[in-house]
Amino acid sequence: MRQFSYIRAENAAQAVKAKATQANAFLAGGSTLIDLVKLDVMQPDTLVDINSLPLYDIEKLKDRRLKIGALVTNNDLAWHPEVKSHYAVLSEALLSGASTSLRNKATTGGNVMQKVRCPYYRDGVSPCNKRAPGSGCSAIEGNNRSVHAVLGTSEHCIASHPSDMCVAMAAIGATILVSGPEGEREIPFTDFHLLPGSSPDKEHDLAPGELITHVILDKPLPDNRSHYLKLRDRASYQFALASSAVIVSLSGSTISDARIAMGGVGTKPWRAYEAEQSLKGKTPSQSAFEKAAAIAFAAAKPQSQNGFKIPLGQQAIVRSLKTITA
Amino acid sequence: MTIDLNASDIMGAALPRVDGPDKLTGRAKYSADNHLPGMLYGYGVYSTIAKGKITSLDTSAARQMPGVVDVFHHNHFTDKLYHVPANMAKGLKVDESRLPFEDDTIYYAGQLVAYVVANSFAKAREAALKVKVTYSEAQSVTSIKQARTAGVSPIEQKPSEKSRGDAEAAYTQSAYKHEAVYTTPFETHNPMEMHATAAQWEDGKLVVYEATQGVTFSRNTLARVFGLVPENVVVRTPFLGSGFGGKLFTWPHCIATAAISREVGKPVHFMVPRAQMFTTTGHRSATEQTFKISADAEGNLTSMTQHTLNSTSEIDIRVETAGRTAPIFYKCPNVDIANSVIQMNTGSPAAMRAPGAAPGIFALESAMDELAVAMNMDPLTLRRKNFTDRNQVEDLPWSDINILEAYDKGAAKFGWDKRNPEPGSMRDGKDILGWGVAACAWDAMKSSSKARVSFLANGKVRVSCAVQDIGTGTYNVMAQTVSAATGIPVEKVEVKIGDSDLVAGPLSGGSWATASLLPAVKQACENAISELKTYAVMDKSPFAGESEEDLTFRNGQLSSQSGTARSFSDILKAIKAGSAEGEGSTDGAMKEGYSSRVFGAHFVEIRWDPEIADLRVSRVVSAIDVGKIVNHKTAANQVEGAIVMGIGMAMFEHTEYDERTGRPINNNIAEYLMPVHGDMPDELEVIFLDKPDYNFSEVGAKGLGEIGITGLAAAISNAVYHATGKRVRELPITLEKLM
Repeated sequence: MRQFSYIRAENAAQAVKAKATQANAFLAGGSTLIDLVKLDVMQPDTLVDINSLPLYDIEKLKDRRLKIGALVTNNDLAWHPEVKSHYAVLSEALLSGASTSLRNKATTGGNVMQKVRCPYYRDGVSPCNKRAPGSGCSAIEGNNRSVHAVLGTSEHCIASHPSDMCVAMAAIGATILVSGPEGEREIPFTDFHLLPGSSPDKEHDLAPGELITHVILDKPLPDNRSHYLKLRDRASYQFALASSAVIVSLSGSTISDARIAMGGVGTKPWRAYEAEQSLKGKTPSQSAFEKAAAIAFAAAKPQSQNGFKIPLGQQAIVRSLKTITA
Repeated sequence: MTIDLNASDIMGAALPRVDGPDKLTGRAKYSADNHLPGMLYGYGVYSTIAKGKITSLDTSAARQMPGVVDVFHHNHFTDKLYHVPANMAKGLKVDESRLPFEDDTIYYAGQLVAYVVANSFAKAREAALKVKVTYSEAQSVTSIKQARTAGVSPIEQKPSEKSRGDAEAAYTQSAYKHEAVYTTPFETHNPMEMHATAAQWEDGKLVVYEATQGVTFSRNTLARVFGLVPENVVVRTPFLGSGFGGKLFTWPHCIATAAISREVGKPVHFMVPRAQMFTTTGHRSATEQTFKISADAEGNLTSMTQHTLNSTSEIDIRVETAGRTAPIFYKCPNVDIANSVIQMNTGSPAAMRAPGAAPGIFALESAMDELAVAMNMDPLTLRRKNFTDRNQVEDLPWSDINILEAYDKGAAKFGWDKRNPEPGSMRDGKDILGWGVAACAWDAMKSSSKARVSFLANGKVRVSCAVQDIGTGTYNVMAQTVSAATGIPVEKVEVKIGDSDLVAGPLSGGSWATASLLPAVKQACENAISELKTYAVMDKSPFAGESEEDLTFRNGQLSSQSGTARSFSDILKAIKAGSAEGEGSTDGAMKEGYSSRVFGAHFVEIRWDPEIADLRVSRVVSAIDVGKIVNHKTAANQVEGAIVMGIGMAMFEHTEYDERTGRPINNNIAEYLMPVHGDMPDELEVIFLDKPDYNFSEVGAKGLGEIGITGLAAAISNAVYHATGKRVRELPITLEKLM
């Protein structure tokens, strides 16, 4: 790999200042960054290591929201008692991702920033609008079975967002706290990741120099049941072909609130608001679930090899809803 | 004296690996672990196009970087290296016949086009990024379909086996017939250990630490490449992190590393990155097999036709011998076998675990299942009905065959009699169960080998040979054979292998290493005991004055008729000898009048959850007939591992090329899917029949490294059909093919 300089920041202000003046990237767990540096896809001259920042806590706020430090590892978050008991969908999503050793390194903030798995992005030489803006998209007429989307694609990029954690967070509802040269600000989770549109290189709503310090989960839905279901070829260690994060609140035998988000199928963690609406006030049933799933994929556009993700994604939603309402 | 190894309980004992502690603690040094004094490090620059010419290669930026020693490419070595004509008998072979940097032509993406040498790995790697190569690119082809469309003509090859009778006429006249095309994809070996070479020249002598399945082959081949006598080349591979056939023969990076080490006058270290293990170090060819099979009204086979087309590189012709099993295995009067290849812009293919048989038996045993379905006959009954105890091509009796017993034992353990043949009829909760069966078979071969055994004065016994343990348990086979022959416990046996300076040993491939080593090691033990007896009657020995004939060797001790007993160590110390030595050898010749193979049967249960398109293998019972088992633990490990690899072949493995650029796109172990722990069946049981085949050898142990993968993909595909009613003839069986 290319040589780069390394700075260790002690606090957020130092990190933000270093990034603004000297560095190209923050280094947390490194599970995406170091991979891509080795592949020569990312070529930072200077990295700011933020692992000394005090961002390791998980704190329950007075309004019952859960504030998660950006450096909390995927495993620590998945096994945290608050997460296990009130956000089961998040715990399941985290544990379905990667491997134990990777989850011990990967962080909450880093996972939000995870890069796509599109082979044309990662090979460093193919035309790719994300890596080399304006060069074209190799995936559209190329091999696009596994890690490409059917929702939110554009003629410039079809890579699916790879994170499981983010899908669960999109369903739960969350706020991202960032610290930057202009101070701190909050970004609604579902607004953070951007659709590729005509500028796939612009992946998220972060200003230059801004650092994710926390993710705050919305307070849990009352009496919620939730589930993350990840469908893939092999049983583990593979990005989702299609996944679903569902949360349901039941009052009596009717669905009072529902949340549905999908992974593996969208260019960003995909929240299906209309599908959720269709379930509210309904009694759980196969037909209601199938209808919601159909709505969730109404706008789906298959690529040359991944059309199966449309029925598969619907199956994931229906099975998840059945599982938690059974 | 002759020793009966099977008289000892050690033969077959499930002893733990004698090399286990070294591997567990990291003491075991693999090829890339060799960092020699003054060593330089190489890193490759690989072509990004799959076909064309290099038009310019600018190394100036790389050369200016601190620590960079030199950059080599196609203008180097033009007259310093020599081609290697393949000659298996002489232990000579490369899988890619082109010499590294031979010219400016690009034959495949990922071809080594330049080689940076620097004083550290990091610097070499960084400098490699700064080498600028430009190409004139031509349209490549990287699939059979694309090659056909582009007008590339298949080239007919010698058939994998001889044809007989008139298959076409018999097919036409038969009561039941089935014809289909079965395809298998490009697969990549992906051993855990990367290909690596550490090369050093000393006084015109070349020493190479190489990740190879054959130190002797590698030594001979390198000697030929560099125009040296073999004695001036040493290849060492004390440990290998698997090869699966991809490390049988020498690849360009090894030759380049040795050549560059000679140029720079220092030892050079080189590792092939994972991405390039998908390009420059072999793969299993893609195959397209047209299979026709017919039977009479009673289910007796009347014809089989297996015409195989396989991919090969533009550099080398390699036939994937898929038609090697059907003609010999089932009783059938009319068989038509044909092979052809089609050249394309991939790296050169190589043998991969059960070459030919793994794809070939997928077609054969799928077709048998389809025929059984057409006849409304139990697939196991159809197989039993067409059993024969003779090799149908050579018309010789099998040296031993117990496949009927394998069918019985496997079926009983699996519960095959409870199978409802109706597709989709067996359910468990959300899951539909599918039960499938397939036969498996592989060669039973032996090769020539030598071995040396030394009784040491320190009380240990050393056994040595220029063989290598590719992860299969060769260390144990040798230690246990010595222990069985001498009665000396395994803990006191030192095994020294993986060095071409030792007496010549077999290649670790084709499942023949164990069968080849056993007789040589045994004979070496016998000769070492003879020498010990000669020493024992010398002056100052406890048995001075006695007759050698009156001495008996047992459990590491010599005893005389008078009742005196002394350990070999005492005798050697008494006469001040360091050791008593014996060498053994075998020519690997097969017993005349017989043909030998290994056989077995896989019974597979899959679970298909149609509501979420989830396919999992839940149970595998395999009954395996490979003769005498030398170590039940390592033997089961081999077959279980091959079964898991067979699950990968059936459901996951597939090297995908982008047909526009010819580049493999899933060239990493995240996206090239192989089974992980979660994909292991809940129940995986290997039953060894454990019957010595004394017509094969004195010990009766045949090889078992490869058989486990054969037939497994067919058993899974047959089970998938049983669950879903869908017949997938195109591997891998991915979920969208069932939706």
